[in-house]
Amino acid sequence: MQDVIIIGAGVVGCAIAQRLGRYSGKVLVLEAANDVSCGASKANSGIVHAGYDAVPGTDKARLNTKGARMMQGLCSSLGVPYGKPGALVLGFDADSKPALEALLKKAKKNGVPGCRIIGREEILAMEPRVNPEVSYALYVPESGLVSPYELTCALADSAAENGVQFQMNTRVKSLRREGDAWLVQTDRGDYTSRTVVNCAGVGAGELHNQISSRQVEIIPRRGQYYLLDHTLPLSFQMTLFQLPTPMGKGVLVTPTTHGNILFGPTAEDIPEGEDTATTHEGLQEVLKKVRLSYPGANTRTVITTFSGVRAHEKGGDFIIGAVEGAPEGAFEAIGIESPGLTAAPAIGEEMGDWVAYFLKLPANPRYIPPTPVPKAFSAMTEQERRVACQTDPDYGKVICRCETVTEAEVRRAVRRPVGARDIDGVKRRVRAGMGRCQGGFCMTRVMEIISEETGIPFEEVSKKGSDSAVLTGPIGEARND
Amino acid sequence: MIEKAKAIDLLVVGAGPAGLAAAIAAKKAGVMDLMVLEREEEPGGILNQCIHNGFGLHRFREELTGPEYAQRDIREARDLGIPVRCGTMVLDITPDKEVTLVSREKGLEIFRARAVILAMGCRERPRGALAIPGTRPAGVFSAGTAQKIVNMMGYMPGHDVVILGSGDIGLIMARRMTLQGAKVRACVELMPYSSGLNRNIVQCLDDYEIPLMLSHTVIDVKGRGRVESVTIARVGEDRLPIPGTEQEIPCDTLLLSVGLIPENELSLGIGVTISATTQGPVVDNRFQTNVPGVFACGNVLHVHDLVDFVSAESTQAGEAAARYLGGYEDTGATEVRVVDGPGIRGTVPQRLLLPQGEIGEGLEMMFRPDRVYNNCFLTIKAGEAVLVSQRRRILTPGEMATAKLSPQLLETLRNEKELRLEITAEKQVS
Repeated sequence: MQDVIIIGAGVVGCAIAQRLGRYSGKVLVLEAANDVSCGASKANSGIVHAGYDAVPGTDKARLNTKGARMMQGLCSSLGVPYGKPGALVLGFDADSKPALEALLKKAKKNGVPGCRIIGREEILAMEPRVNPEVSYALYVPESGLVSPYELTCALADSAAENGVQFQMNTRVKSLRREGDAWLVQTDRGDYTSRTVVNCAGVGAGELHNQISSRQVEIIPRRGQYYLLDHTLPLSFQMTLFQLPTPMGKGVLVTPTTHGNILFGPTAEDIPEGEDTATTHEGLQEVLKKVRLSYPGANTRTVITTFSGVRAHEKGGDFIIGAVEGAPEGAFEAIGIESPGLTAAPAIGEEMGDWVAYFLKLPANPRYIPPTPVPKAFSAMTEQERRVACQTDPDYGKVICRCETVTEAEVRRAVRRPVGARDIDGVKRRVRAGMGRCQGGFCMTRVMEIISEETGIPFEEVSKKGSDSAVLTGPIGEARND
Repeated sequence: MIEKAKAIDLLVVGAGPAGLAAAIAAKKAGVMDLMVLEREEEPGGILNQCIHNGFGLHRFREELTGPEYAQRDIREARDLGIPVRCGTMVLDITPDKEVTLVSREKGLEIFRARAVILAMGCRERPRGALAIPGTRPAGVFSAGTAQKIVNMMGYMPGHDVVILGSGDIGLIMARRMTLQGAKVRACVELMPYSSGLNRNIVQCLDDYEIPLMLSHTVIDVKGRGRVESVTIARVGEDRLPIPGTEQEIPCDTLLLSVGLIPENELSLGIGVTISATTQGPVVDNRFQTNVPGVFACGNVLHVHDLVDFVSAESTQAGEAAARYLGGYEDTGATEVRVVDGPGIRGTVPQRLLLPQGEIGEGLEMMFRPDRVYNNCFLTIKAGEAVLVSQRRRILTPGEMATAKLSPQLLETLRNEKELRLEITAEKQVS
């Protein structure tokens, strides 16, 4: 019997797990995929929203500003890339000023400091590549960036260091209250727990509706993106949002914490929550809309396109806390769409504390504060690199040439408390394969290292879990049809 | 603690065919203090995974496999006592040729080189660069990665294959996968012509009855964990898919052979100017970049079809580096810019330096046309004056073409600023 079963190892599930690590209790995280951070947490804009956008008084608004305030400290304690370059919300016609003023008002109500409306000249001084036809912008100095999957992985590590168990490849089928416990049925057997926390992203609605008299509707909303190579100097320092126009919700242009540029996302409601395909139409739409902010946008340095599916709840707000209309001991954080990444630290703290309070869990006397993920070789100074190579000669072997990722880092990605078990897992943790050749050169070496470190046979190392084998067998062997 | 940079005359970055040939030539020309740096664990570069034959016909008048070809240069470099440091990655080169490198054995080191030869080769364009829509499952490989998996590691990357792009590696892999028991459904090419060598189309596709579908592209990839199918469609003259021509092909693998990109990230750090057409450094006829003492050759300079020509070019680059180190200076040389005229897409070199005094030797320009031309004329002009207008039976983007400039012709350029290559339908006369 577990004290807590957390369903879903996205950024929200991992943040809750990390918070619960401060308490003494048996906590298990069940994840359908082969790794943490495999849903919307790995495919989003990576923006730490300052909080000017959410409707004042909602959970979204409250948790957004709270999460934004927590993020920098959390990232520095976890060793996760974070930046605060600020943002501009661009308006392109004369009547954009009132709309921007309305946003400014909301910003003030939500407690977002430093925002002001600026004119064309100041906009172009800040970001010379912006469309010169811009009229006004809301300047948001508190807008930040975070590497979303690195944050999720680091939260998971910290949770695991404090005794939280993670079980991947386990899809929760149903939830049922049996006696004074919850029965959690999965495709890999049943579990019982005193409490359950549903943070299953796009799959959370179905589980919620199994146990609650108050039905919710989670609409999978897909967002497609272009990722561009990092070039120096950066073409943009800040995040550029667009004021919604009669043409619809705009798209953003933003640098990432690693100096790449992102264009996107679309917002398409789709029937199937796991449909992360990109489409020709979607990508064309992104490009067309991006050119409003950045007329020079082109796909010459695009290294990949991707899409993520966020969980939009019909009511529009986050649904967090004890599950309404359900037996006791059921908690949830669902409908966590944008700014969910920003809010995740706050959601983790509140939900973790609620569940612990409900269970009357004592504080963990052996709580280990997060160990920061070591600095990436690519980000080290010359002297730091020298020292790193002396400490561990594996730093001397560059595996991923595009992102300058060394063997020491790839090995550590696998050895971490919640370590990578597949190629994409290594990529998310240390960026091997994230660059312009997209793993063309380093993939096989990464596979060898995963195999050496985990004992998974080389030919079984997958891209992203059991049904994604990279190789189909040794040469010269008959095929088993 | 600041460690002092070690001084060296010449560093060659890359021990593939380009780097080895350049180093060998430099050493033979008297450069004693040199070193070749290689990021892989063995020298030879991409030749090591090219186990098919057909290499060396021009240079050795023999048909060699890739490893055999490489071995000849590796042996010669060894016999000449040229140090080749493997497992060594160059992290950075500054404009004053301070080279930072890292290796497992020696950690971080800094050299200050008097001359540098860039020979890093090229990489393959990945799927993302084409923005092919669909899911992102396992089973999508660049052709070169698949080649490494089969030839170097002894595994199959799939059994039921569609190939997008008809670059040479893709064609070679069509045959390789077939010989290994895979079914290659089609080789799909966006353009109305192949970008590969004709001999490869015959020997790798036709001989195995693999259809080459010109003016087609992949418009969708399906499959969650692993590729389950790709959808192809015919494209119009605008290269956009024509509705109604879609065709879904079940397969477990998509190989991409959609172009090679010279790897010039280090070059950019040095301040080397990169050509928009070749995507390699802009060089003069001594293969020197705009940064004095920095030379470039092989696929980092422009993508070649045949390694024989890489070796020939790199030999010249190595000799030029030796001359530079010997104190030769182009004082008083006339500079003539080489310009791509109509029909030409990328010429090397982009600058000609004509020395004072007698011009002893001619030189060879290398170029590619922007599309296929039959029975055309390659015309070389200085201003409005036609210097040469030669009939060419066929010019195709898949095969690098050359134009020889004789010493006499070069003499006539002394008062010119610009040399223009163009492709014309008719013979041109001044």
